[in-house]
Amino acid sequence: MSRTTIDLWTGLFVLIGIAALFFLSLRVGSFSGGHFQDAYSVRAQFDNIGGLKVRAPVKSAGVVVGRVSEIRFNTDSYRAEVVFTIDRRYPFPRDTIASILTSGLLGEQYIGLDPGGDIEMLEDGEAVMITQSAVVLEKLIGQFMFDRAAEAPAN
Amino acid sequence: MNWLMARVQALGGRVVDGVWRLGFAARFLALLLLYSGQSFRRLHLTIREIYFSGVLSLLIIVVSGLFVGMVLGLQGYETLQRFGSGDALGVLVALSLVRELGPVVAGLLFASRAGSAVTAEIGLMKVTEQLKAMDMMAVSPIARVVAPRFWGGVISMPLLAAIFSVMGVFGGWLIGVVVIGVDEGAFWSQMQAAVDFRYDVLNGVIKSVVFGFAVALIAVFEGYDCTPTAEGVSRAITRTVVSSALVILALDFILTSFMFRGGS
Repeated sequence: MSRTTIDLWTGLFVLIGIAALFFLSLRVGSFSGGHFQDAYSVRAQFDNIGGLKVRAPVKSAGVVVGRVSEIRFNTDSYRAEVVFTIDRRYPFPRDTIASILTSGLLGEQYIGLDPGGDIEMLEDGEAVMITQSAVVLEKLIGQFMFDRAAEAPAN
Repeated sequence: MNWLMARVQALGGRVVDGVWRLGFAARFLALLLLYSGQSFRRLHLTIREIYFSGVLSLLIIVVSGLFVGMVLGLQGYETLQRFGSGDALGVLVALSLVRELGPVVAGLLFASRAGSAVTAEIGLMKVTEQLKAMDMMAVSPIARVVAPRFWGGVISMPLLAAIFSVMGVFGGWLIGVVVIGVDEGAFWSQMQAAVDFRYDVLNGVIKSVVFGFAVALIAVFEGYDCTPTAEGVSRAITRTVVSSALVILALDFILTSFMFRGGS
């Protein structure tokens, strides 16, 4: 059996195909999307999570440091419990504030972390105590209208 | 009344025939997998088939991928810029290609370009009694003829789908960035932020592997099972293309409903 030109073309084809797969996974997609090699998970309870979804980013100062891994309803406190994983490289103090923010006016929602000043750091499985819920636009508008209505008779 | 009876009988006959063929196809698949080890030992046969069904399909895949991507770029930008988010064009192009259009359109093209050729080849071998001759010489036609063509298709299909997606992204980039003038950095960075490796790329590859398996099996089975006449071969080729297309679209729906359950 000798080598033929068909082998050459087939080899080239397979190479191009594998290169295309690599391009798709590295250039088009990103490996780091939600899968950190070494991460710790933290819980937080919110009154209202708005439109937060699993796999939403967790950002601090605008940098993605983790991902939301689980959202469930806690029947003891009747609040939403969000579990998210943070990259081990980024330790956060215990009194970090977790808030649900929106990127842009209509963008997707994410969790913003504002680090506090505690010396002790959050450990795997611990909970963030201070949280800020999502801004619900309807409530905001409602509040605004009530305030206006309350102000009106005075004028 | 007689006419009605004949109709019912014909319908019943077709159902029984269909079940018969399905059973034969299952037995055929089992035999095919059984003989695959033998045909892998003579790897050059499979490489030859990768050449015929993969390399020769490259041109149509590259050109159609490019055009599909360019159309996505134009249409996507048209809609997105109404909401002032023309920058998200990269996300739209990449996600629709990687998740759906890449595997599905590449699968349809592959079925009509390579699947039909495989059916015709095997069918013609059956008509000219080459398969029987092999059997006489104690060479299993399934190991010698069918299995290499099957594996050639299974290996080629995911590679072709990946090439299709890459060409589509390139086409979208060509129209979006070069022609329309979307910001290049935003195009790529938003795409990378939105396309996830495991969720999007890997699921797309799984889809293309499943489609490759289905199309290759249909192509070799229709060829092997055809009525050994000129008309039978032509019918088998038509059936290959039609049932491959239907199976790809149906499987795509099933896989999508498993893989992408909106949001979570």
